[in-house]
Amino acid sequence: MLKINNLSVNYGGIKAVRDISFEVPDGEIVTLIGANGAGKSTTLRAIAGLVKTAGGEILWNDRNIRGEKVQDIVSKGITLVPEGRRVFPNLSVLENLKVGAYLRKDDLTEDLSMVYDLFPRLKERSWQLSGTLSGGEQQMLAVGRALMSRPKLMMMDEPSLGLAPLVVKDIFSIIREINKQGVTILLVEQNANMALHTANIGYVLETGRVTLKGSGQELLDNEAVRKAYLGETRQ
Amino acid sequence: MDWSVVLPYILSGISVGGQYALIAIGYTMVYGILRLINFAHGDVFMVAGLMMIYFSASMPMYYSIPLMIIFTVLLGYAIERAAYKPLRTAPRMSIMISAIGVSYLLENLALYVTGGLNQNYPGIPWISDSITIGGAVTKRVTIITPILTIVLVVALILLIKHTKFGMAMRAVSRDFDTAQLMGIDIDKVISVTFIIGSFLAAIGSLLYFTNYTGVVPTSGAMPGLKAFVAAVFGGIGSIPGAVVGAFIIGICENLIKGLDSVLMVNGIISQQFGFATFSDAFTFVLLIVILIFKPTGLFGEKQTDKV
Repeated sequence: MLKINNLSVNYGGIKAVRDISFEVPDGEIVTLIGANGAGKSTTLRAIAGLVKTAGGEILWNDRNIRGEKVQDIVSKGITLVPEGRRVFPNLSVLENLKVGAYLRKDDLTEDLSMVYDLFPRLKERSWQLSGTLSGGEQQMLAVGRALMSRPKLMMMDEPSLGLAPLVVKDIFSIIREINKQGVTILLVEQNANMALHTANIGYVLETGRVTLKGSGQELLDNEAVRKAYLGETRQ
Repeated sequence: MDWSVVLPYILSGISVGGQYALIAIGYTMVYGILRLINFAHGDVFMVAGLMMIYFSASMPMYYSIPLMIIFTVLLGYAIERAAYKPLRTAPRMSIMISAIGVSYLLENLALYVTGGLNQNYPGIPWISDSITIGGAVTKRVTIITPILTIVLVVALILLIKHTKFGMAMRAVSRDFDTAQLMGIDIDKVISVTFIIGSFLAAIGSLLYFTNYTGVVPTSGAMPGLKAFVAAVFGGIGSIPGAVVGAFIIGICENLIKGLDSVLMVNGIISQQFGFATFSDAFTFVLLIVILIFKPTGLFGEKQTDKV
């Protein structure tokens, strides 16, 4: 279980994340929603070890991992699917998947076929340079690549960004599928509607603070959330 | 057309081209990973030459050559650790200035140690021996250089294309953050890049200085610059590009050096025009032309900046 206590992150004098606390219980799908600049991505990048934190605790199974190197955090089973896919365009699809398993020394055949079962499109394009894939395919590759490390917790930063609505639906059903296989999911989304329908637990972030917490359904029914993030017309 | 006049120039062009290639790879690999022009690289090459002189003065060749290579590699590694690693998140201009600083530091240390005097480069047994090819007398190094260069380049490309570590290098060259998220230790990848570059520069210096009488503190500047032009010509960041660029520059340069005598022997001109003077100028004119008309070089990536 991941537990964040009073985490703060500063970006050159600006407090991007202030004293936020939340929990991600094992086996759940947890989502952080909020507007642009609320500190969602920064929170994920701080957990992954990519940005320096200013204070607080990041507890992974009751051990504080704040300040550890990125590769040590990855080796503990925490992975991040970064915003904007960030597949390696100069590597083939297969190489991208293999590089996802960089820290593993065992056989990858089983994991590769698992990823290819989940995303048959990737199998067809296995030898293609991943820079030539479509946005949706790149997102699938980014998820597949993260799965190759056999994560216990998969953090996803805006997986729906810039994708066609049908592809977004696919991605979210795959997120649920991955979760059913036992991977805990921490999801950051601007598409609050989709995220809250998928998640068991949701947190609302505003200018670096957690302002609301509840189950996905509770937040969907919350008047304030509806006004701010779902658009009133939906009623 | 009498080819026997042209042949020696082509041969030495291929040889010099191979030596430039070995230096150029160091520039292009470091650029590929760090987006940094490592200005100190030519000076590492010069220091390798000096170390060879001092080592061979006190011990036999089979010790001094490996020792020279090991210390050159350590020097390249230490430069990265001390002068570039602390600036990893600094603006790119800061690392570049740091590189210029290291370059001057090495030149001045060399000046201090040698007293500015020309140090005689030792004759390396076997590779300095004279041989005759198609009527042209040359040193054996002329033939060894291109062969050794091609072997090393093929080995390097295999390493980059077909090993797990090579895959990590390619990943790091595109995206530091995401490479870290895969569990790749980027500091290690960067160190190895400098180690490979310095190793090849050490080999290159051994082959290059064999053709010269000695080493002075500025001996690294010209071959370093030319190798840099070769890397830009081939498309900086691309290893095959650097090699092709280096061979083209090496051959053209030497053909220009021989232009006078070739034209005279063939009766096209009746007096010396002194074309040889322009052999260095050619390289830099080439640089200007590339930067104007094809800044990405022969095999360069279309888009060099990370999005």
